Amino acid sequence: MAAISVAEPPPPLLDVRGLSIALPDGADRPFAVDNLSFTLNPDEILCVVGESGSGKSMTAHAVMGLLPPSVRLAAGGLFFRDTNVLTQPEAKRRELRGGRIAMIFQEPMTALNPLMRVGEQVEESLRAHTPLDRAGRRARVQELFAQVGLPNPAELVRSYPFRLSGGQRQRVMIALALACEPDLLIADEPTTALDVTTQKQILDLIRRIQAERHMGVMFITHDFGVVAEIAHRVAVMQNGKMVEIGTAAEVLNRPRHPYTRQLIAAVPHTMGQRAAFARVGEPLLRAEGINKIFRVGGGLFRKAKEVVAGHEIALTIHAGETVGLVGESGSGKSTLGRSIVGLMKPDNGHIFFRGTDLMTLAPRDFRPFRREIQMVFQDPYASLNPRRTVGDIIAQGPVAFGESPSVARAKAEELLGLVGLDGNAAGRYPHEFSGGQRQRISIARALAMGPSLLIADEPVSALDVSVQAQVLGLLDDIRRRFNLSMLFITHDLRIASRVCDTIAVMRRGVIVETGPADRVFGDPRHAYTRALLDAIPGRGWHVPAELAQCPAELAQ
Amino acid sequence: MRSKTFWQAYARNKAARFGLVIMILVVVLGLFAGVLFPASPWDMVNAPFLPPLSDGALLGTDTLGRDIAAGIAYGARVSLLIGMTSTAVAVVVGVTLGALAGFFGGWVDDALMRFTELFQTIPNFVLTVVLVAIFTPSQRSIISAIAIVSWPPLARLARAEFMSLRSREFVQAAMTTGQSNMAIIFREILPNSLSPLIVSASLMVATAVLLESSLSFLGLGDPNAMSWGYMIGSARTVIRQAWWMSFFPGLAILLTVLALNLIGEGLNDALNPRLSRQGKA
Repeated sequence: MAAISVAEPPPPLLDVRGLSIALPDGADRPFAVDNLSFTLNPDEILCVVGESGSGKSMTAHAVMGLLPPSVRLAAGGLFFRDTNVLTQPEAKRRELRGGRIAMIFQEPMTALNPLMRVGEQVEESLRAHTPLDRAGRRARVQELFAQVGLPNPAELVRSYPFRLSGGQRQRVMIALALACEPDLLIADEPTTALDVTTQKQILDLIRRIQAERHMGVMFITHDFGVVAEIAHRVAVMQNGKMVEIGTAAEVLNRPRHPYTRQLIAAVPHTMGQRAAFARVGEPLLRAEGINKIFRVGGGLFRKAKEVVAGHEIALTIHAGETVGLVGESGSGKSTLGRSIVGLMKPDNGHIFFRGTDLMTLAPRDFRPFRREIQMVFQDPYASLNPRRTVGDIIAQGPVAFGESPSVARAKAEELLGLVGLDGNAAGRYPHEFSGGQRQRISIARALAMGPSLLIADEPVSALDVSVQAQVLGLLDDIRRRFNLSMLFITHDLRIASRVCDTIAVMRRGVIVETGPADRVFGDPRHAYTRALLDAIPGRGWHVPAELAQCPAELAQ
Repeated sequence: MRSKTFWQAYARNKAARFGLVIMILVVVLGLFAGVLFPASPWDMVNAPFLPPLSDGALLGTDTLGRDIAAGIAYGARVSLLIGMTSTAVAVVVGVTLGALAGFFGGWVDDALMRFTELFQTIPNFVLTVVLVAIFTPSQRSIISAIAIVSWPPLARLARAEFMSLRSREFVQAAMTTGQSNMAIIFREILPNSLSPLIVSASLMVATAVLLESSLSFLGLGDPNAMSWGYMIGSARTVIRQAWWMSFFPGLAILLTVLALNLIGEGLNDALNPRLSRQGKA
């Protein structure tokens, strides 16, 4: 008689049961994490997705026992292999932490001690959790560095963190996390601070290591592209509650919960669907032969290090055209934008605006052009003066150009309505608004000057994905309505493909490729453009057709 | 910072409340010195060497029979007047120079900072003594001397604040909307750099009070005004026979300086909510 063998599923590695974490009194909601239950199996990557403030990081920190002192565990249990981590004494938890459970953080620079050689930092963890002797630890560190793909491990272990690039630092962090062969790896937005090509490498590395070691990985992210790239299962969180959990294929292609559908619909997905832009007449702006070299760190006796932010840059923008300037951090795209608005002076070159060379103008003669060229900044929290009312902030520009304060104020209120805010917002202060609302205020401030060219420097990179979609929609709308030209600076090719007519790809101060958006994305000619396109996370996944068609707000 | 939340934040700090109460008492004492003690503090009103709690002399009398309580009340006037005025002058000079250096940078910054360092290389107290001695002691020369030695740290602080705020995006946004430099300095940057400046100015009043007392102790005070430092200085030769003559003025200095420091710390916590220690009742 043959025994009927039922494949018993392996016991979960991590079992979270009814976890609630209370926020201090006066917070915007009582619980950071509210009655959360899920399991994480060995040998799987679980992506926890949600917007900022959804409680996803708080969950990760609870597993690590790293909750900030202001919050309180209200209920529930966190079982790691059948032991409730929350009831363990601190000594036992410390053993788990770093030994069995390891974590990688978002910002690799602040997670590494700047005054310690990177090799020593990894050795420290080995000393705490393994019986290896000094020579053994040394050898292990080099082995780990080789495994995470760091070049020349024998020498690199002796470097200080500031000598390494962002991607290398994140590799060191991963080596550190892997040092004691953990069973569970928690990765809290490990690629958010990295460039897209580096992000691809780190994602590949995490996936490879997970497969080799059969670890459980809890991967926290806000980016559905990354989810599509790496996840086996996906959990979606909203306001501290888990709204949906399932396999990657289910959640990505057949999302059920309205919030998940809304998030996925907001993912920038259209690749080259804009009508072709016809350039007519003289360009509004023509930049030629712009050079800019930054000298960093030089002193009386040291030679400064030179960073090329611009080398013989040429760019034209026609009336009504949106030009996307795409590139990784440090490529010089912001430098070009700032040079055009006059916040920075290039070493040489010409910037012709309606035929006048802005570079040769004295500050007094440049002033009239301030009205014509306006800028929307990246960080909505830093770009509004916290001590002035929104109305003042918007009206200040026209007033400086001689408009009467009452007229400027009335116009400011009108503009606030135009960008989708209440007219009574004018009397309030910036801290009363969310990031997306602040970015709308920023746009209203630029519009108040009646510009013909808008420089948008990463205007949505600090925003959540659903807010991103709304702000991009607004920018596109006002561009059409006022027939604005726009220089749209971004590192995210998906966003560029959505709003730009023309794309210029920049790398280390040089524009390597320019062309209509369709052509650049459909038929990239430069190797670097191809590398950038190839590195977009989740290229193999397409937003389900039913959601791709409708705007994000209506997806529910 | 709305004023209501500011006071709530300030009042949460017990020590700061205590400091404020003492300070108010000292100010009231100084303001009403003429009402409380109609006679001049220089008048000999009683027998000399009367111990505290004697009849007609609550805190005793000094070697010449002058009332110590009256001296302390009139001394509060001098200490506060000199402390506040010299700090005000130092703030105006220091913040102006620091703001210019931090905002314009380049050679302006270099020139102003070298000038500032010139003052910082000379020990504060020595420079004050020299200045007062040269210009003959008077209220005006004492205030000027204290202000001259006090402004450099404020200038450096203002410069650091201006430098960091200048590169903030809201300041750059103001530049792109065509604001003049003066408008940017006064409307965009200065209001955002006030908190640390207010805090260090409040601590500077305490230093100025101490400097003034030290000068008077050395006999370099204003000869026409009774001050705490002068009282201690003139009583030091008889400290073993008559402790109260130097003790009470000393206590007055201690409490005033303590109160100013507590207020400064309280302001620091209230104005920089991010830095304030969490969970402190």
